[in-house]
Amino acid sequence: MTLALDAPRIVETRPLLEVHGVSKSYKSIRAVRNVSAHAYQGEVLGIVGESGSGKSTLLRMMNLEEIPETGSYTLDLPDVSGNLFELDRFARRMLCATKIGIVYQNPHLGLLMKHSSSGNVAERLLVAGERSFATLRQAATEALDASEFPLDRLDAPPIELSGGMQQRVQLAKAIALEPALLLLDEPTTGLDVSVQALVLDTLKRLQQDRQITMVIVSHDLGVIRTLADRVMVMRRGEVVETGLADQIFQDPQHPYTQQLVHAKL
Amino acid sequence: MSLSTLTKPWEAMSYGFLDGSAKRELRRKMLKSVAVPGCQMPYASREVPMARGWGTGGLQVSLTLVNPQTRVKVIDQGADDSVNAASIRRFIARVAGTPTTMDTLEADLIQSRHRIPEEILREDQILVLQVPNPEPLRPVQPNMSIARQMHADADYGRMWLQLYEQIVRSGRVMQGASYPSLVHGRHVMTPSPIPRWDVPKLHMAKHLTILSAGREKRIFAVPPYTRVEPLVFSDVPYKVEEHGHLTCTRSGTTGFFMNEIPRDDGTSSFEVSDSEWGVKTIRARDGDGESRGETWYKNGEMPQ
Amino acid sequence: MTQVLEIDRLTKGFSLHHLEKDIPAFENISFTVAAGEFVLLKGANGAGKSTLLRTLYRSYLPLSGKIRFHSSYGLIDLARAADVDVAHLRRTEIGFVTQFLTARPRVSAEAIVAEPLRLAGWEPEAALNAARKALETFGVKPDLWAAYPTTFSGGEQQKVNLARALILPQKLLMLDEPTASLDANARGALVERLQELKEQGTAMIGVFHHPDDVLHLIDRIVDLTPDHTPTEERDDVAL
Repeated sequence: MTLALDAPRIVETRPLLEVHGVSKSYKSIRAVRNVSAHAYQGEVLGIVGESGSGKSTLLRMMNLEEIPETGSYTLDLPDVSGNLFELDRFARRMLCATKIGIVYQNPHLGLLMKHSSSGNVAERLLVAGERSFATLRQAATEALDASEFPLDRLDAPPIELSGGMQQRVQLAKAIALEPALLLLDEPTTGLDVSVQALVLDTLKRLQQDRQITMVIVSHDLGVIRTLADRVMVMRRGEVVETGLADQIFQDPQHPYTQQLVHAKL
Repeated sequence: MSLSTLTKPWEAMSYGFLDGSAKRELRRKMLKSVAVPGCQMPYASREVPMARGWGTGGLQVSLTLVNPQTRVKVIDQGADDSVNAASIRRFIARVAGTPTTMDTLEADLIQSRHRIPEEILREDQILVLQVPNPEPLRPVQPNMSIARQMHADADYGRMWLQLYEQIVRSGRVMQGASYPSLVHGRHVMTPSPIPRWDVPKLHMAKHLTILSAGREKRIFAVPPYTRVEPLVFSDVPYKVEEHGHLTCTRSGTTGFFMNEIPRDDGTSSFEVSDSEWGVKTIRARDGDGESRGETWYKNGEMPQ
Repeated sequence: MTQVLEIDRLTKGFSLHHLEKDIPAFENISFTVAAGEFVLLKGANGAGKSTLLRTLYRSYLPLSGKIRFHSSYGLIDLARAADVDVAHLRRTEIGFVTQFLTARPRVSAEAIVAEPLRLAGWEPEAALNAARKALETFGVKPDLWAAYPTTFSGGEQQKVNLARALILPQKLLMLDEPTASLDANARGALVERLQELKEQGTAMIGVFHHPDDVLHLIDRIVDLTPDHTPTEERDDVAL
């Protein structure tokens, strides 16, 4: 058995994101059981686990799309306080629009496929109350550019774009309002390997340039290894192990993590 | 005292065609809609001897509001003499015994489809607009339950997005009639399919406007002196139809909303859409006396 | 001398659950490293030299013992420090030099080298200038600075790697065979840079295949071969 770790002593700030003791069941299935997680400002938290491990449910909770039966969720931001799971629909929508960005595996969940790509990005700003067309256009263009989306396709509807490009539009939409928290749900799953590498690279750049806090969920260890500072391993709705990314990959402790890491090609 | 002294004698029909409970419900819903400007109130749209979609919503409101002294004007696309307008006017007069008129200034109650008269309405006048589709969010949110939540949350991002898309695709806002407008800074409503030309007339108007959709069973209102602001980007100004410079070929009046009449040689001629305004102009020209009131638009421009 | 690191009865082993096997790596290692001191780890293959370095860096979790590190925030036991503290120290005070560059596609050599400075809060332009200087020191040609190291040869990649790993003066530096696949010039530059860091007070623990390269830097040798006393200290040893 390894040593139990101390509480942080050098880093005295509170984590930006803290989820504490969340549980959620669907009928008889307990999707998430008493899970706690945290991520510091600028940190990338990776959540790995096979399908059904509850990792995506946990991410949707962080986006306030799902409300657990128990547990609390706080974001350490100015003008945000209390357990976010208790917010009403209106406050929840405004918080998600201004502080949290999300990229889904399935672009249909995050995008209006027949609207223009720039319009998809602009919608975030419209929800937040921006009413100048020129500003909307400018902000959408900048966000798409930061996501390395080809600007000559600015107004093409996502339905006409490739999978990799659709993910870039989602990403641009997510970062358009400079959110404090970026959630990524299997952002590169289903893309060609080469496209996957490019999207990951874009994410890495964004993370470094903007010091954005990210939570990335994937069953693909390569994705997590590329991006995450810290890793949380989930299985059957529970956290089996957390640690620094290099420690999880080089010295996994839990039998399940060892199996996962060693099964990687 | 006997039962017969307490009840009214038998009649073939209630006053104003609708029975008492129907009118009471409509009055309540009208009060509610006046209390929350622009918010759609559901009501039990009753049967009237007219097909749904032909102005049954407006008709029920008119039948509820009239008394034997109410002078009624009915217009359809600006004209008093179209078949539909004439039929509704005659029906109201027959079942409620109301006097009728074509003169906007004389009318106490104006039921209209697709237009607001060019002459300024007064505080003692009521405008009833017939509405085919009361839900401005329908094009962006087909699920009406979610649309109601969006109204409750003032979640109108998608409406703005629609305008953004139109500018991106066509270089300008393409929305013609039914231009979505924010009422009292809170609810977005469709002003019924009136042209963009007419929307500014609702802003801070002296008269009460009641909008009623019989088929969709929704009623909403713009009370007097209420802000009605078309949704526009701060840097893309609202534009009305470019009719300000057009001249009516029949009456010679200029600066009002026109109907376009295509001619055989491919060009168009124009006739003023508010037919009674045209009639009054012709009368004045022929020396039969000036009967025209003050208009919203002056020299083809809406004063700010 | 100011102590930087005090390792106390440190033990590491691996439990391989699918084999139901425990593999010991090293047991009860104790030694200290002072500021500006260079400690060479010695031992037969499999004695656990690299494992020890990775345990000190916390890529591996020790089973028992203490790694007392005198950080600028005070004394902290790296064996039990919270992940976030370790991550913070890695950005600011503890470095690790390997023989491999983790190059990323579409990131230029100078950007990779500048990264530790950026993470430490340097301005982009200043970081880039320092990075170019470091690349020059290690003999990377200027026309390669803006190129992507993914396409470089092993030797060039290693130069970029060293420039990056050594750019930020740290309190404690772990060196895991950094001289492998280096040409003579680059090796010279490395030794020079290590000398410089040593003079600035960086404590270093290294594993070298050919310790001759760094012979004159070595202050002490710790032998991890199990039958030797692990805390053995020799000032002058014939290598």
